[in-house]
Amino acid sequence: MATVTFDHATRVYPGTERPAVDQLNLEIEDGEFLVLVGPSGCGKSTSLRMLAGLEDVNGGHIFIGDRDVTDVQPKDRDIAMVFQNYALYPHMSVADNMGFALKIAGTPKAEIRQRVEEAAKILDLTEYLDRKPKALSGGQRQRVAMGRAIVRQPQVFLMDEPLSNLDAKLRVQTRTQIASLQRRLGVTTVYVTHDQTEALTMGDRIAVLNGGILQQVGTPREMYDRPANVFVAGFIGSPAMNIGTFDVKDGSVKVGSASIPLERSIASAIPDSDNGKVTLGFRPEALDVVSTGTPGSFDVEVNLVEELGSDAFVYGSLKGDAADVDLSAGDTNQVIVRIDPRTVPDKGDVISVSIQQGHSHVFSATSGERLG
Amino acid sequence: MAQQNLQITAAAPDPALLDLPWDVPLVDWPEDVLAALPQGISRHVVRFVNHGGRVIAIKEIGETVAYREYELLRQLHRIEVPSVVPVGVITGRKAPDGERLEAVLVTEHLSFSLPYRALFSQDLRPDTATRLIDALAVLLVRLHLVGFYWGDVSLSNTLFRRDAETFAAYLVDAETGDMHRRLTDGQRNYDVDLARTNIIGELMDLSAGELLDEDVDEVAIGDALVERYNELWDALTGSEAFDVDERWRVAARIERLNDLGFDVDELEITTDIDGTTVRIQPKVVDAGHHSRRLLRLTGLDVQENQARRLLNDLDSYRAATDRQNDSEQIVAHAWVRQVFRPTIDAVPRELRRKLEPAQLFHEILDHRWFISQQAQRDIPLPEAARSYVENVLRHRPDEDAVLGLAPDEAELESAPET
Repeated sequence: MATVTFDHATRVYPGTERPAVDQLNLEIEDGEFLVLVGPSGCGKSTSLRMLAGLEDVNGGHIFIGDRDVTDVQPKDRDIAMVFQNYALYPHMSVADNMGFALKIAGTPKAEIRQRVEEAAKILDLTEYLDRKPKALSGGQRQRVAMGRAIVRQPQVFLMDEPLSNLDAKLRVQTRTQIASLQRRLGVTTVYVTHDQTEALTMGDRIAVLNGGILQQVGTPREMYDRPANVFVAGFIGSPAMNIGTFDVKDGSVKVGSASIPLERSIASAIPDSDNGKVTLGFRPEALDVVSTGTPGSFDVEVNLVEELGSDAFVYGSLKGDAADVDLSAGDTNQVIVRIDPRTVPDKGDVISVSIQQGHSHVFSATSGERLG
Repeated sequence: MAQQNLQITAAAPDPALLDLPWDVPLVDWPEDVLAALPQGISRHVVRFVNHGGRVIAIKEIGETVAYREYELLRQLHRIEVPSVVPVGVITGRKAPDGERLEAVLVTEHLSFSLPYRALFSQDLRPDTATRLIDALAVLLVRLHLVGFYWGDVSLSNTLFRRDAETFAAYLVDAETGDMHRRLTDGQRNYDVDLARTNIIGELMDLSAGELLDEDVDEVAIGDALVERYNELWDALTGSEAFDVDERWRVAARIERLNDLGFDVDELEITTDIDGTTVRIQPKVVDAGHHSRRLLRLTGLDVQENQARRLLNDLDSYRAATDRQNDSEQIVAHAWVRQVFRPTIDAVPRELRRKLEPAQLFHEILDHRWFISQQAQRDIPLPEAARSYVENVLRHRPDEDAVLGLAPDEAELESAPET
């Protein structure tokens, strides 16, 4: 078992100026499940491949435990890339499919059998060990592939978008399996995905990257409740957070005619260079539907209602004197409101909403950093 | 019945593709559209289909991965790395009950190609394994030279074509691949190490299925790949230093690379400050030295070792007809007219499609050597061709489309989910 440390680790591709990964500092605890997440091109896969030894490290260091592996060849790092190879061999038993890499490495037969049996127990494959892969279901075959990595007893598991080539059903199933299996095994795991839902549901902690720079690292709850900047605020959460830039007057944010008071500590933290503006974010579930004219409320015209059974979301446009503010949620420039699925408004209706006290996020309008 | 809204992404979309039963999961496609049996080990469902006079391979795979692999294969094809030719991606499939079906990637089946399982299950010469490994090492080096990281090198992800007495390897699965400006040593070593593990695993599997001679040492074959790869990589990219008055070594290095089948497009030559030592390092090398030369001379487009063989015969023709002083190109055309074509044409049409023409020619030359030895006289080529047809080719399997194993071995059918 081991910790993993990125120490100012930097990767610059030849012929490019901007680093693909810029001074990454990240400490992964022994046994932790850490998810690297971000949009395409953010540097998450490059970071993983630096750890795997597949990308050169042009600056800084990478440690596995106390060992500096910065210049160590991939096969000598004691890591396993899980799911790289999960084609199963039809003539070999499930046990041989799991243990063949150990056989190549010259591990004694009795030890191979013991490690395979241990892995099979964890993976619920014991009764299949002497059968051929043909007898297995799709999900069981996935587990055999995991077994291949487990029997090698590496210090760290690496997974690079392992679910991307599975169909949707197997994807959700395997997601749960990987997460619970990792917890049972307690092997330090670094997992890369572009999907923030996957990140939130699987990781002990999540590291969000953008443009090669680590934005924030924390538990799923911390990332959701206290995003460190506008990027993380917009990236984590589905549907996305509503984010807009507004004027501040007399210690309150002006959303149209609504006036949302800022905490004194936040108001005093606004830099002069922001010209009296802040970026304000509020999640769809941080909005309450209130009666028209309630102080601090603003109006939303309903464009679309998305009903999901347990939840319903209104996609709408700000109305009245708030109509011309610049507000977006993820890739839509509408405001999203979570509503009670039993009282759903019609398209074209106008509802009044207000932001719940203490559930707004305030960021600098220029730097995007969280204030207060 | 749910309407399908099929989308075909292809450089040259073929409307006839739409006639295939896309509303049926690939695993249930009716026998009558299938060309033959599926090949070896795959993590996805793959089917071969007879389509407008050619065979296409269809693989069910996630949509994004399908587009990605399609683009990568197109790129590899453009830069002339031996690989299967992508036909297109089809998305928007739906079963009649409305269930969405997985996207598919369509590639052309590589004619005259042989999956490794077919090669091992045929009774071939004992060093077949070594020759397959050599071919794979060459392919891997070529891919690495252009910056392609494969990520899942294996015999299953490769097809082999006969190339004179050796094989030429083709990449068939680029799903895990990535194109880089330049590969790091870590990427290359990882690819090679994974290749070794996969090859040994695949051979162990053949052995478990009693398809492999008991004497074969699987690990030694895997190790041979690593060794061959490293030798070739060093020969192609290593730098060497020598005394300034040994400059003939520049030409010698280029010749050595030509012998390995590579052209040197760019060679870096540096001298040290006092001008006594020269250091050279090939910067850009290009595979296919002999096949390019043959193409230039004769217009025949064949594989590297076939080209080497044909060029040798061309040289002996030139000497035999005493035309050393004539233009090489003119002699080459005469050779094609008077030697190559007549020899191929002498093979009855119905047998000719068993092998590629260049491979036929190579085997006839081999056969001539063999029967000349026996007869203790020089057998003329036409006579050798007749003997080859009667005694060898008639008894050879047709290799235009060899697709693999018996169905129970080929496929891992999914058992119901438990």
